[in-house]
Amino acid sequence: MTTKTCWEAVCTVDDLVADCGIAVWTEDGPVAVFYLPHRLPALFAVSHTDPFTGSNVLARGITGDLDGEPVVASPLYKQHFSLRSGVCLEDASVRVRSYPVLLDGDRIRLAVPVRQPAAVAA
Amino acid sequence: MSKQTLIVIGNGMVGHHFLEQFTRTPAAERFEILVFGEEKQLAYDRVHLSEYFAGSSHAELAMATADWYADNHIELRLNEPVTAVDRDNHIVTTPKGAYQYDELVLATGSYPFVPPIDGKDDANCFVYRTLADLDAIRASAAEARTGVVVGGGLLGLEAANALRSLGLQAHVVEFAPRLMPVQLDGDGGDLLRQKIEALGVQVHTEKATTAIVPGDAARLRMKFADDSHLDTDLIVFSAGIRPQDTLARACGLEVGERGGIVIDNRCTTSDPHIHAIGECALWNQRIFGLVAPGYTMARTLAAALNSDPQGAFSGADMSTKLKLLGVDVGSIGDAHGQTPGARNIRFHDEQAGHYRRMVVSQDGKTLLGAILVGDNSHYDTLLQYALNGITLPPNPEILILPEHQGGAPGLGADALPETASICSCHNVTKGDICGAIDAGCTDLGGVKAETKASTGCGGCAALLKKVVDSELEKRGVAVSTDLCEHFPYTRQELFHLVRVNGIRTFRGLLRQYGKGQGCDICKPTVGSILASCWNEHILATEHVPLQDTNDTFMANMQKNGTYSIVPRIPGGEITPDKLIVLGEVAKQYNLYTKITGGQRVDLFGATLSELPEIWEQLIAAGFETGHAYGKSLRTVKSCVGSTWCRYGVQDSVAMAIYLENRYKGLRAPHKIKMAVSGCTRECAEAQSKDIGVIATDKGWNLYVCGNGGMRPRHADLFATDLTDDQLIRAIDRVLMLYVRTADRLQRTSVWMENLEGGLDYLKQVVLEDSLGIGEELEQHMADLVGSYQCEWKTAVEDPEKRKRFREFVNAPSLKDPVQQWTSERGQRRPELEVASL
Ligand SMILES: Cc1cc2nc3c(=O)[nH]c(=O)nc-3n(C[C@H](O)[C@H](O)[C@H](O)COP(=O)(O)OP(=O)(O)OC[C@H]3O[C@@H](n4cnc5c(N)ncnc54)[C@H](O)[C@@H]3O)c2cc1C
Ligand code: SF4
Repeated sequence: MTTKTCWEAVCTVDDLVADCGIAVWTEDGPVAVFYLPHRLPALFAVSHTDPFTGSNVLARGITGDLDGEPVVASPLYKQHFSLRSGVCLEDASVRVRSYPVLLDGDRIRLAVPVRQPAAVAA
Repeated sequence: MSKQTLIVIGNGMVGHHFLEQFTRTPAAERFEILVFGEEKQLAYDRVHLSEYFAGSSHAELAMATADWYADNHIELRLNEPVTAVDRDNHIVTTPKGAYQYDELVLATGSYPFVPPIDGKDDANCFVYRTLADLDAIRASAAEARTGVVVGGGLLGLEAANALRSLGLQAHVVEFAPRLMPVQLDGDGGDLLRQKIEALGVQVHTEKATTAIVPGDAARLRMKFADDSHLDTDLIVFSAGIRPQDTLARACGLEVGERGGIVIDNRCTTSDPHIHAIGECALWNQRIFGLVAPGYTMARTLAAALNSDPQGAFSGADMSTKLKLLGVDVGSIGDAHGQTPGARNIRFHDEQAGHYRRMVVSQDGKTLLGAILVGDNSHYDTLLQYALNGITLPPNPEILILPEHQGGAPGLGADALPETASICSCHNVTKGDICGAIDAGCTDLGGVKAETKASTGCGGCAALLKKVVDSELEKRGVAVSTDLCEHFPYTRQELFHLVRVNGIRTFRGLLRQYGKGQGCDICKPTVGSILASCWNEHILATEHVPLQDTNDTFMANMQKNGTYSIVPRIPGGEITPDKLIVLGEVAKQYNLYTKITGGQRVDLFGATLSELPEIWEQLIAAGFETGHAYGKSLRTVKSCVGSTWCRYGVQDSVAMAIYLENRYKGLRAPHKIKMAVSGCTRECAEAQSKDIGVIATDKGWNLYVCGNGGMRPRHADLFATDLTDDQLIRAIDRVLMLYVRTADRLQRTSVWMENLEGGLDYLKQVVLEDSLGIGEELEQHMADLVGSYQCEWKTAVEDPEKRKRFREFVNAPSLKDPVQQWTSERGQRRPELEVASL
């Protein structure tokens, strides 16, 4: 069974904060959207849930780059997560989900999996 | 096998050091140890005796605690002098009993020599050796206006300074034609005299006192051989010391012609079961009146009692470096050039008040001795040349010339041989330091802890740092001082760049001096530097991305992603009405409530979106942000002080409130805590704070760079009896210097420990303004104080800033579902299962 995704509109450009993250609620739960205006692409989205504590805080971490890789540092215990792949730089076996993002006019859309509606009885 | 008994007579510095060394050796197992001390107090740091007048207590000067003695199974009998030794029967006698020994150690030190002058036993005549002496001097000084010190040597000048600090007009009377005749020559002595007289101490040389009689203008009159006289209220004799060898003489041990218990290279006397160490011992016809040689003897004896052939005593260097009444004085080796053929090189700047003299060997290749007055910055280098016999450069004068006249910078740490002694108090060589580094120490603090270097008199601090840095560098441990991969600079350098170039944004700094996009190390660091320099709102658009989450949301994130709120309660003083508001707000938002160690109230469990609402209410009730989230001033704790407490001598609450309001919001390399106590009982625990203030009946004593927490550090006494203005000025300067020069996340305690030159240097810069930056520091602080704003007030009033406090920007009313609660002891707390999600 393949998971279907849809491009869910989560916020507008006005909601973004340069070099920071904001949190949105999606079909797939809490997601952190980051806007790094000095890079291309400038938009990233990863899960908002810190895998080490289970708390929803990643959007509130400090962004930056390490060896060129765009990252966010968890505000709780400071592990770094790649904004592209979601992999934790300190422990490659830990990974947060990352989501494709696109700018559609002034809307930000995320590709999130949609739970398949129960098959309609034939 | 039953244990033998080791008796130590004398619980002074050297006797104690011996016990410290000996108890660590295997032989200690074989002995019961019994110690007799004549003084009432447990061994204390006599070298820093004068600090007793500046407010240090016996506990602070003590070399150990009674517990240490108990833990090491040493029976310590204080206030019980030994009166006789019976060598035939191995028995010592005291007024309280007789005790059998197998081995006996004499560590009886020395006593001050009082010249046989008529009237010397007057009730207002003193010596300067023990805490009891100082208590007596203090009592006598209370009713006195003038004081005379007889003797212009090292200790005499120290005593004169002490009299001055007690508020007396101080005089020094010296028999010789100049001050410090042992260490200095004519020019050096004259210069020292000028400097000391400029400080208001009157010096009288070539005066032989013939009698002390009742005075006219004061309690006493000193009559001199030249028929002149001097009236004074009290007299302190400091005319040299004599080895305390009374017991040894009485029991027939061999003593020197002019006193001192004769010892061999293993510190054993003419009786094989009796040993002597410290100032009472005479080795090779010499007495050593300094603590370092005594410590060496203590180590030698500890080894000898273990039949360890290592480390025979072979004499000791008597070089000294001091600050007397604030004047640098140094004397090294053969200072008077008595070695045959010795030649002199002198540098004398009467304008600046600097005098330096080098004594070099006939062939000009080795340094035999030196004299320094007015500036000791050349001391370390010269001492290393002299001690290690390092060949002098072909033009040795460059070692004492000022740099702009062709003088050379100090001897590099590399040039020192492995055997070079770095810390003479604890006998630590360069080799020992290398050993500690090889064994895993990677910083100055580690090396200090491992080798004890620089934990004695502290004179070697600067040299030690040089050696450690150079050795680390050599090993490629080369602790890169770069802040992170984005900035090849230290925090201190970045601070300078920001300030000098007027850089106001992180991007601007990154463009000019960095690379990449920054990270969670450099962003908050630069954010803090920008705040310390320009004090713009931390949530100004450009600064938002720089802040740690706690700074961004101006609250402390807890592990479930909610925040705690700490409003400022200056000095811990709060009206009932305000306390009620806190209670009401906590109740309304169901916040877990706890009193903090800093005398305020912490409210836990607020969600992001609740923060601005809560703060609106708090601000309306007159609260301001408490900066509990910031690397900045936290609290100024206080006791109730003179308004309520029957012991209080100053209004500690008012001072604490003033300080808290002055420094609130100051962004620093790390958090800063302060406290103010209303008297020396110290109920506010000021000595464990970065800045501690303790009231005295004359004003305030200032303590700096203390720490509680994980790495406790007792604060250092920095200045005494300050007026309000002097206190504020000193704190302004200390704090600003810290803000400018500390490393990222370096508390004041570690900053101080790593500061080249340590406490003395800090005092020079702050109290004497040796760098001439005092006013600039004060101005900088004044600017920051003037531009203070309550961050929360500004934030709640600005809709753009409030937007940041939405938990989910597309679902304003959604409660974060992972935040689950349960209740405990009548309050809400997070459900712990959260972590396993
Ligand atoms: C004001 C001052 C400043 C100084 N500054 C410096 C400095 O800057 N650098 C430096 O190197 N040195 C300095 N010194 C010298 C230094 O303090 C001594 O070298 C050191 O204390 C010697 O240690 P000690 O154990 O031999 O003697 P002490 O510390 O004098 O200890 C001897 C102890 O034995 C006790 N005792 C004597 N007889 C008996 C007995 N019969 N029974 C029981 N107990 C007895 C005494 O009461 C005393 O407590 C200073 C000294 C003074 C007073
Ligand atoms: S420190 Fe002194 S003034 Fe303050 S409460 Fe304690 S005893 Fe009273």
